[in-house]
Amino acid sequence: MKTNAMDKRDAFRHNVLTSGHRACSGCGEAMAARMVSDLIGPDAIYINATGCLQVFTTHNQQSAWQAPWIHSVFANAAAVASGVEAALRAKGKGTPVVVQAGDGGTFDIGLQCLSGMIERGHDVLFVCYDNEAYMNTGVQRSSSTPHAVRTTTSPPGRLSQGKHHLKKDVISIIAAHHMPYAATATIAYFPDLKAKVEKAMRIKGPRFLQILSPCPLGWAHDSALSVTVSRLAVETGLFPLVELEHGELTGVMRLAEQKPVEEYLRPQGRFKHLFGSKTGAVELRHLQALADARIRHYDLLDADTQWDTERAMQSARHGRGGYASSMPTSEAVKNDA
Amino acid sequence: MKKLLEGSQAVAEAVRLCRPQVVAAYPITPQTHIIERLAQQVANGELEAEFINAESEFGAASIVLGAVAAGARAFTATASQGLLLMTEVLYNIAGLRLPVVMVCANRAVGAPINIFSDHQDSMAVRDAGWIQLYVESNQEAVDTLIQAYRIAEVCGLPVMVCMDGFLLTHTFEPVDLPTQVMVDNFLPPFHFSRTLAPSRPMTLGGGSEPENYQEFRMAQFEAMENARAVIEAFDAEFDDQFGRAHGGLLQAYRLHGAQTVLLGMGSLMGAVRDVVDKLRDQGQAVGALRLRCFRPFPAQALTQYLSGVQRIVVLEKAISIGAGGIVAAELRAALHQAGNMTPVESVIGGLGGRDLTPEVIETVFQETPLNEKGATFRFAPNHVMPDETDRGDCL
Amino acid sequence: MLIFREIRFHGRGGQGTVSAAALMALAAFEDGFESQAFPKFGSERRGAPVEAYVRISSTIIRAHNQVYTPDAVVIQDAGLLRSEPLLRGLKRGGLIVLNSEQNPSREDDNFRWICLPASQIGERHLGRPLPNTVLLGALAASTEWVSLGALEEAVTNHLASKGETLVNANIAALREGYGFITHAEEVMV
Repeated sequence: MKTNAMDKRDAFRHNVLTSGHRACSGCGEAMAARMVSDLIGPDAIYINATGCLQVFTTHNQQSAWQAPWIHSVFANAAAVASGVEAALRAKGKGTPVVVQAGDGGTFDIGLQCLSGMIERGHDVLFVCYDNEAYMNTGVQRSSSTPHAVRTTTSPPGRLSQGKHHLKKDVISIIAAHHMPYAATATIAYFPDLKAKVEKAMRIKGPRFLQILSPCPLGWAHDSALSVTVSRLAVETGLFPLVELEHGELTGVMRLAEQKPVEEYLRPQGRFKHLFGSKTGAVELRHLQALADARIRHYDLLDADTQWDTERAMQSARHGRGGYASSMPTSEAVKNDA
Repeated sequence: MKKLLEGSQAVAEAVRLCRPQVVAAYPITPQTHIIERLAQQVANGELEAEFINAESEFGAASIVLGAVAAGARAFTATASQGLLLMTEVLYNIAGLRLPVVMVCANRAVGAPINIFSDHQDSMAVRDAGWIQLYVESNQEAVDTLIQAYRIAEVCGLPVMVCMDGFLLTHTFEPVDLPTQVMVDNFLPPFHFSRTLAPSRPMTLGGGSEPENYQEFRMAQFEAMENARAVIEAFDAEFDDQFGRAHGGLLQAYRLHGAQTVLLGMGSLMGAVRDVVDKLRDQGQAVGALRLRCFRPFPAQALTQYLSGVQRIVVLEKAISIGAGGIVAAELRAALHQAGNMTPVESVIGGLGGRDLTPEVIETVFQETPLNEKGATFRFAPNHVMPDETDRGDCL
Repeated sequence: MLIFREIRFHGRGGQGTVSAAALMALAAFEDGFESQAFPKFGSERRGAPVEAYVRISSTIIRAHNQVYTPDAVVIQDAGLLRSEPLLRGLKRGGLIVLNSEQNPSREDDNFRWICLPASQIGERHLGRPLPNTVLLGALAASTEWVSLGALEEAVTNHLASKGETLVNANIAALREGYGFITHAEEVMV
């Protein structure tokens, strides 16, 4: 077979996701995808769900991918990957298979195919770039959107303080498949992300990474702050960095100190409506309780959190957006005021 | 050698002979016996393939999509609701020009839920970009499946082999299963030119814009146009090698001198042939034309076959709510385009498994006024039990 | 001479009704006829009434319609006579093969009744009260539409995957059903 020098992509000289794509400035997903794909390298097959990453990397018959890459539809990336992996297995090839999807393609429309892929034990790494809303279509709420966030389909108003419900705990759902490896990461902690990608690539079977990837457009923060904001998500306890193997928690990144959630929320326009009102203050307290509950659940801190365990859990379970609470009625809002 | 086989079993054997490397499916009546048999073949080591139990039909279609993109020959089967759940992926497979082959065990679509055979499911996805071949018998299902892989892989188009649920899938009838050597001679190993591989990285399924999207559709349409000749040529080649042909695009029955011709698809055409024989014996100039290939629509061949025919009756097992007969409408357009103004009588029947018996078909051959003014079609009558043999009472 | 026969099998889910029809069609095919077998289409539920059909013809069978006017009806569970119109469409002079310990074989104005305790016989051979192969033997003996040899061949091939013991037990059941009729005829002569 003819070998073309240009065809032999040198991982040190070529990014798998090359420059010139059309991501927004400060795009957390572009950073995360570049980190992940460069760590894995060009000797892999990449399957992409519909979403920002697919759109900004393969615009109009151009491609920023220097590795084999396929996009089919929104919901089916994990199933396409299952088919690719089955074909490779049938042909006796061991090329790694990697899925990249947003939170829509993971938490919502893609969850069924993902669950099927994991249950069947396909040797695939599924990477979710979690930017906590449908950014590709212009910032609509997803089940990954945190409580009280403003999106175009969870707008604050007289009867609303943004998204009513809680962010879906997808890592627990995924880990409940008792699969070999599931972990969370962010673009702010590259050594941690690197270790997790490398560990995932050493393991056979279904693996899952949820990478928090700030979206300056949807989160309404300064493009220069993407890394800072994702670091604050970890430092406040809202986005714990954890590892689960075969359903068991095997690693957490503990915190030296807990930052108040306000530090994370302030720079983001999507939380702006919470500041300066009485009802907003209720939501801010609740968001703090949610962070405290996470910290206590994963035992991230030696010190006490602001809320004691019982009160934090109480707020997380029964507070606003908790499953036991109902939508506020206009009557309740009037009484509040 | 002929064996008496259940349709599903026969098809599963044919799939095995085509050496697929990946089989993915989600069970749905009446497709189940096909995939159960394939699962058993894999379990027994008779078929060397990855058998993937998908979590839904949407997943099954996506899995075969991925498998073919990674260079493997793949198979799936479904019916009815399952086919509709696949719809998004069916369009995608065709748009990506992946030579997937599937069997649709034709079944009605709910609501109301109904597991019996009609053609509404595959008709609903007629514009998805798949070649659609409708078979009359289990022998034809076996032969068409083998042809389908060759057609798909040469044309770069997916092929749907449509076989009537239960009427074929659950019926034992004599089938001549070809040998592995014969199939290997007819069907070369699959080589996909756009295989996903690091040695030659390619981007499949990227975005397009208004200035070029239409060109992709044009290319697909052109491939479909060219598929007609391929379907005919492979049926002829199959005849040379296996001694059986199924008409390519269309199968004519006693058309010579026929003044009235009934056109239809699928297993109902067996009874239609019996009725044609009976009416011919009575001196009536009738014939039948079986539409084997619905996509691409063989407009030219149809007009050729039907030129000089005085009455054309289309009997079909699907309905376009708000329009009427689907095949009839397309046939009318084809004839009109060719300057042939012969009226086409559209008859719809057999929906949800209602039996189109020889007695019913005989009445369909008779001229019947449409019940409503302006109606474009009529429903076939119901089968009536002859009185003298009706002993329906419980003892 | 054109031969065209249709048979309808009645039973309950779990009694091997569909298998009986398949075996009959396989035997006819073995004997050189064209044949077809199919179940009453629908879902499978244990204990529910089941129907299956067989066509046997000297020429190719092209139609895929239901059977409306059978030449014979095989009833695997006499209890079904109370709830199902089992004789519907049966041709005048048609044959009824009934699994029954009580009713004697007889001929009335319309039909010929062959009755035998097939469940009992089946239980003796198979350890379970399965009447299907016994009734097939009786059907073959009273109609001569298929040969006993062809039925044995069909049983051997169709049940091969289930093991030799089961094949042999079914062949013994088949033979006893067959012998039940031929012996009775000898006695009558």
